[in-house]
Amino acid sequence: MIEIKNIFKKFGKLEVLNDVNLTFSKGECIALIGPNGCGKTTLIKSILGMVIPTKGDILFDKKSILNKYKYRDQIGYMPQIGRYPDYMTVVQIIEMIKKIRNSDEVLDEDLIKAFELEKIFDKQMRTLSGGTTQKVSAILAFLFNPQVLILDEPTAGLDPLASEILKEKIIKEREKGKLILITSHLLSELDDMISQIIFMQDGKVHFHKSISDLLESTNEQKISKAIAKILKSESHEQNH
Amino acid sequence: MNRIIKIIFLDILKNKIVLGYTLILALLSWSSFGLEDNSAKGLLTILNVILFTVPLVSILFATIYLYNSSEFIELLLSQPIKRKKIWLSLFLGLSLSMVAAFFIGAGIPLLINAPDSVGLMMVIVGCLISLVFVALAFLSSILTRDKAKGIGISIMSWLFFALLFDGLVLFLLFQFSDYPIEKAMVAVTAFSPIDLARIQILLQLDVSAMMGYTGAIFKDFFGTAIGLSVSFLLLCLWVIIPFWVSLEKFKNKDL
Repeated sequence: MIEIKNIFKKFGKLEVLNDVNLTFSKGECIALIGPNGCGKTTLIKSILGMVIPTKGDILFDKKSILNKYKYRDQIGYMPQIGRYPDYMTVVQIIEMIKKIRNSDEVLDEDLIKAFELEKIFDKQMRTLSGGTTQKVSAILAFLFNPQVLILDEPTAGLDPLASEILKEKIIKEREKGKLILITSHLLSELDDMISQIIFMQDGKVHFHKSISDLLESTNEQKISKAIAKILKSESHEQNH
Repeated sequence: MNRIIKIIFLDILKNKIVLGYTLILALLSWSSFGLEDNSAKGLLTILNVILFTVPLVSILFATIYLYNSSEFIELLLSQPIKRKKIWLSLFLGLSLSMVAAFFIGAGIPLLINAPDSVGLMMVIVGCLISLVFVALAFLSSILTRDKAKGIGISIMSWLFFALLFDGLVLFLLFQFSDYPIEKAMVAVTAFSPIDLARIQILLQLDVSAMMGYTGAIFKDFFGTAIGLSVSFLLLCLWVIIPFWVSLEKFKNKDL
């Protein structure tokens, strides 16, 4: 569904993405992991067209997205830190996005009920806590039933109850055959959600494997331990 | 596009600064016509308002508004909307509100108290000057991510066009007074929207000697219909070119 071809991105002299090649297909739930500053968010923002790659191309449904915008109809995006106009209330934000999208799809308001957001509909965005803002971001990402969900650190800042609700929602959407991209640092959280894993380092893709492959090749039960094992064995090789 | 313009326009209307700006303009215009029995003197006061206050408020308000809506721009960008449309809607929303504020505050008293070609010209030029400085605000806010720097650039450009440029022209005139440079000076005025506006109004008003030196010199050159339309066209270019440059930059900006 999404193909990334030889993407390079430089911010001044800093090389953030260096020859990234990836393919994401429908029905997969893919985790994008790696140390801070390895280019995860930049990669996601390039798919969204918010960052324009220096070189390379991104295909969405086999069509290039460069200088296009219509394809974003199909994407729900939840940013790492949601930033909204300060003086608008929660309900105004939701109504505004509805107006802008003007979509005739059935709206998915499950999360509004699950997070009990009606209670704070009339609060201004600037008065909300970080976690509550994240809830609003999550609702907006899922609202229009998009084919692709891009979630940047979705559970960071959410309380355990809310992050459980969100995880259940993600699993439900995956079962509907949607493509889901998640970046996260909390490997333990990902266990029952994801089907593939991408490890990035210094702007390059280190490996892209399915979970079953990963667990099999390392003889581990947990993703976190499997990743730790791979990294350890590599640093061991380098030392010799 | 209309939907986004409407959202922006309503958001600006909620802002009390634009309301205050309208009230101050109205107060200045009505009182300057009320204090003098001669409407020409009132017109002169309003001319100064157009040449100094309107550009300053337009450029500062638009710059600050753009920086404050960076979150909103980011939110819009993740939605299926063209970048060009976002930037254009912001421009139209902002210029619409600045022009509306000018028209309600200064335009209506002008048309009531001086219902002739001078009054009409002042309203048109004032609206155009509002647009020019909103466009310049777009340019300065796209040049840097830093809010303080962006506002600094805005204030500097206002200072340059409102005060320094006239001094510079005067300096050139004195330095090269031995040469026939009057015609070249006409071309030089094209580089300042405020001087263009001043010339257009002075052509209608017979007080050129009281204004800047540039105004006095160029009365002869722009006295014709061609001169008028050229300066009008140049003012329009002052709106289009800065905005177009900022649009091209915005299309390739990383957010």
